[in-house]
Formats: sequence, structure tokens, C-alpha cells
Amino acid sequence: MSKSAKAVCTLIAAISILAGPATAGKLGLGQSATPVEIAAWDIDIRPDGQGLPKGNGTAAQGEEIFQTRCAMCHGEFGEGKDKWPVLAGGAGTLKEDRPDKTIGSYWPYASTIMDYVRHAMPFGNAQSLTNDDLYAVTAYLLQLNDIIKDPNFALNEKTFLSVKLPNEGGFYEDDRDTSEKQFWRKDACMKDCKKSVEVTGHASVVDVTPDGKSGPKVD
Amino acid sequence: MRETFSTDDLQPAAGGGLLHRRVLLKAGLILASAGAAQPALAAAGKKPAVESDLAHPSWTREPGQPFTNYGLPSKHEAAVMRSVGANHDVPGNGVSWTPLESLEGILTPAGLHFERHHNGVPAIDPAQHRLVIHGLVKQPLMFTVESLLRYPMTSHLIFVECGGNSNAGWHQEPIQRPVGSFHGLVSCSEWTGVPLSILLDEAGLDPKALWAVAEGADAMLMNVSIPVEKLMKDCIVALYQNGERIRPENGYPLRLIAPGWEGVLNVKWLRRIQLTDQPVMARNETAKYTELLPSGRSRMFTFVVDAKSLLTSPSCGQSLSGPSVYELKGLAWSGRGRIAMVEVSADGGASWTRAQLQDPVLPRCFTRFRAAWKWDGQPAVLKSRATDETGYVQPERAALVAERGRHGYFHYNAIVSWGVDAEGKVSHVYA
Ligand code: HEC
Repeated sequence: MSKSAKAVCTLIAAISILAGPATAGKLGLGQSATPVEIAAWDIDIRPDGQGLPKGNGTAAQGEEIFQTRCAMCHGEFGEGKDKWPVLAGGAGTLKEDRPDKTIGSYWPYASTIMDYVRHAMPFGNAQSLTNDDLYAVTAYLLQLNDIIKDPNFALNEKTFLSVKLPNEGGFYEDDRDTSEKQFWRKDACMKDCKKSVEVTGHASVVDVTPDGKSGPKVD
Repeated sequence: MRETFSTDDLQPAAGGGLLHRRVLLKAGLILASAGAAQPALAAAGKKPAVESDLAHPSWTREPGQPFTNYGLPSKHEAAVMRSVGANHDVPGNGVSWTPLESLEGILTPAGLHFERHHNGVPAIDPAQHRLVIHGLVKQPLMFTVESLLRYPMTSHLIFVECGGNSNAGWHQEPIQRPVGSFHGLVSCSEWTGVPLSILLDEAGLDPKALWAVAEGADAMLMNVSIPVEKLMKDCIVALYQNGERIRPENGYPLRLIAPGWEGVLNVKWLRRIQLTDQPVMARNETAKYTELLPSGRSRMFTFVVDAKSLLTSPSCGQSLSGPSVYELKGLAWSGRGRIAMVEVSADGGASWTRAQLQDPVLPRCFTRFRAAWKWDGQPAVLKSRATDETGYVQPERAALVAERGRHGYFHYNAIVSWGVDAEGKVSHVYA
């Protein structure tokens, strides 16, 4: 080791001895955040109502907002224009061969819709709806999906929890450890595993261009 | 000295001409590789029409290019790029795939790491970016990027895989695309950053804090719930990817890294972590990344990535140039830990033999495997099958579909089959 390298090592050792007791605690470089600051950041809405803002809106009011701020992508009745997402329909299709998973047929909670719209919509101008608009447009989406029947039903932080979506009970937590237990196996076949091998193949042509003209749908 | 290869080693170890993996350790066996199908590349290596002086090309005589501050790949490799699949009307909504067929080893170059954006790549000024930790904590905290850079860091060499990767596998007919444009929503990097447990300890966890909601700073403030147990165990707030600061499209300046768990939990542009007693039930943990099963009900919080493997060569769209001994090579990974074993088959899964795993074999990281295959020119079906250290064996497609139906959309990890025809053309098949 060269003299200077040795000197550096000694210096580092000295620093770490000095720094030792200090670093054993907290570095504490975060600044404390006040409730007011956090309120500006936290816009999450939970199924139990935590996070619901103060506000009020009806489906009738929401329809107007929807036509001016949402329909150009999602269609007048949420049917989805071009490749934009469909926002209504699909009720009762989840067991069918072509399940139609929409906010009405698939999503578990009205809070999921409002939380998402509050974070992300209108696409391209996110977080621009007032709280009243947010309730109104959510009410309209619920009406499009036959979940709210009365266009004048006042959706607000007090009535919100009375709205239930049909697929709320349709989800359960990861159970692969038990339901897919057969995939943990010590007897994976090595030889004579199949009498005959059936091959399905050769669908469409190989077509992937870097300009992104093609691509399977990814949600 | 390495043992020398002998013709005895050409005795097959499994059907269709697969050789024992020991031949890969011997000297003297030269393996052929499948090539890209493009005629231009097939011609590479042939002598050019105008005879040039290969012994004295111009670059051995004339000065080369000056230094560069940031190097780029050779212009001759310009075709190696991510393929983009985006919404026509909103170019920032979609994905780009890692070209797995063009890469070797286990690390994905940062510029080729797959992307999934909902509304484009935010142009974040790090000086104005904050990470807020709040909710069920003793002291809510706000961190600047600058302050996070001063914390002790750790690195994980791990893969990140989108829960929607390989979803074309559920289609009734096998999609014909290069392997990367079908399975390339997975990439592997070294991620370096601050263990989240340090920051959560500083904020002081309330014992009721069982969940956290992580949120990114993109133009939809993507939010998703994650159990605190995982955050405390091995999650990091990453600042670096492959040694340099994370690229904008991969989450600059901060990304939550949740080793072995599906991509959406690895929140890019991380700006907020709220500690809670229950999940928020956001769109990306209910409407998306849940698997609709034949019962009509759906599995949610399918966090851990099941073991998976695939051959990157030969693979769909490539071709073999006649009977020879070929190298089979591919990638295997598991969110549950290390890859314990990869087996390969050349007869559509009727028989199997073990592939050679290349060091290093790390938990929750790509593992590169190789095998030797003597192709006799007959049609063949190539497969690989991964087993991880928990004993999970990658299922055949038929078994996965029998278990989950075809409408789960997410988390497809079945064995991948490549059909080789008598001309040596490789396509995607189900077998
Ligand atoms: C510029 C087009 C555009 C406009 C305007 C727009 N959206 Fe969207 N919306 C989208 C896109 C694109 C997505 C899917 C985003 C993604 O997948 O990340 C989406 C998704 C949604 C979803 C989730 C659908 C699903 O099934 O996943 C809801 C709900 C929604 N929008 C509501 C609204 C509402 C309410 C408005 C008006 C306030 C609105 N959108 C305005 C483009 C738009």
C-alpha cells in the first residue's frame, strides 16, 4: 500500500470512529410535514369513506360535465370511442366466454371509481375537477351502469357509503399457495411424458415494427 | 484443463437430440446459434461483392472518433431497440418491450428496460420532487431527493416483470412475434437505493400500519397498496439503476423497488407513501392486475411473480441454418427466490433434460441457462421448464389454462413452445 493510500485509510478509520455513535441513531434528514401540507398531497379515497372530500353532486349534473369533459373519449353513454375505455355495460358477463369488465360489472367499490377519476381523469388534464364535479360525474357513471337509478340522488360524503357495486364480493386474496399447490411438485416428468404431442401453431405473420403500429392490448 | 469433447458426447440425453449438459463444459465442441430471419443478417459473414482488404480496413490506419461524454451503442446495432405498443391517440399510454432475443447475459441495458406508462414520462425536476411519508406514523416526513442521496444504500440485482407480461399466451392461437415483443415486459437491473425500513423507522410506524399506499408523480398519480411487511423486509427507494441515476422512463428520480413482486408495485416517480390499516382498493389493484377465474370471481393481491422461463434462442422468427449442434439459451426467473433448475425439451415436452445454469444464480434475478441440441433437420418443438428453490415447477400451458381458464389476463407464466420446421424456421406454437 502506498503512503498516501495508508493515510487515507487511517483518515477513514478516524472518521468512522468519530461518526460511529452519531450514525447509530437516526440520520433524520426528512423534514416534518404538517397536516395542511399533507392534505394537499393526499387525495386517496377508501372503501370505508376515509378521504372522501366535502362536496355534493347528482347524476343529472354529472351528465353535463361528462358530455363536455369526458364524452370525447369515452362516448356519450360511456360506450368508449375508438380505443378509449368503455365505462358502462357488461353486467352479468363475468362467467361468460367474453367477459366484459367495466366499472359497473367488475370494479368492487364506488370509491375505486372516485379515487381513480380524482387521480387520473380527465385524461390529459388530471386533478382539474372540483369536488362537486367529482361527485356529480361519479354519480353519472353509476347511473350509466344502473347502480344509481334516480338522476337527482345527491351523492356526497354522507350518502356515498350507501352505494354498493354488484361485484364487491367478487374478489379474494391471493391463494395460489393452496389453490395451485399442484404446481409445487417433486415428480416433474422427465421421460415418456406424453403419448403424442399435439401442435397448434402458425397463426398470423411475424409483425413487430419498432414504430408501435401493432401490439396486443395491455391494460 | 477442460476435458475434450468426444463424439460419445453426441449421444442424446433426451428425445429430439438434446445432449447432456456436461458437453457445455468440455473443450472442442463448437455450437451453432439460431440467427435472425432477416436476409441482411443471414448474409453477414459472407464475403462482400467488392473484395475489400480485410487485413487492413480503414480503421486500422486512420484515427478513430474522439472521446464521448456519454457512449452509445454502435450504429450497426441500431436495430436493437424496444418495440413500442401504444395507444395511437395517446402515445404516452401503452408499453414498450425489451428485445430479449437480441440480448445476452442477465442484465438489461437501462435504455432497453421495458416501459409501462399510463400517461407518458413525467419531466420531473428533482429539486422540486419530494417523497412524503405520512398516515399511521408518529412523525410525517418529507424528503428531498438530495437528502435521500445521503442515506446509506443497498443494491438488489433483480428482475422487474409487468403483471400483464406474456398475456398473449391466453389467446386461443399462438401469437407470432419475436420473444421480446411477447414476453419482454420483464427486464433485469441492478437497483440501488435507501432501504425503506430506514425511512419508515424514522417516521415511526404505528402498530396498526399494516398497509401502505404508494403513489407516483405521473399525470395520473398512479397509486397502489402494498403490505408494510414487504416494505420493511426488502423494499428500497431506488435512486440508481445499473450504476447511474434511474432513467426518466424508469422512474427518475425515485422508484419503489419491491423485489420479486409484480411490476405495478415497483412504483415509478415515487412521491408519497401513506401508511394505513387497509388497502385503498385503487384501480390498479382491483380493476387491473386481478385475475378473473372460471368461477366468475377474481384473485387479487397476486403479488409474487411465479417461476417462469423461456428460450431466447432459438425463438420465434429466427431460423436455423441446417442440421448441426445448436446452443439453446434462455432466461429463467422467480419472484419466490432462486432458480433451482431449468430443464429443456426438444420433443414438445415428451422428454426433458437439465440445462446448464450460468453463474451467478441469484434470488429474484434473471438466471441464464444453456443447453446443447443436435438438430437432425426434422420438425421439433423446443421448450424450457423452470423450477425455483421453493419447488414450484413452471406449468405446461394446458395445465395453467385448466387451472385458471383463459380470462385471467394477468400473470401468465406457462411453458413457452417454439416449433422448428424442416426448413429451420422457428415459430410460436402451443404443444
Ligand atoms: C383524452 C381522452 C380522455 C378523456 C377526456 C377522459 N378520459 Fe377517462 N380514460 C382515458 C384513458 C386513455 C383511460 C385509460 C388509462 C389507462 O389505461 O391508464 C381512461 C380511463 C378511465 C376510467 C377507467 C376505465 C377502466 O375500465 O379502466 C374511468 C372511470 C374514466 N376514464 C373516467 C373518465 C371521466 C369521468 C372523464 C371526464 C371527467 C374522463 N374519463 C375523461 C381517456 C380519457
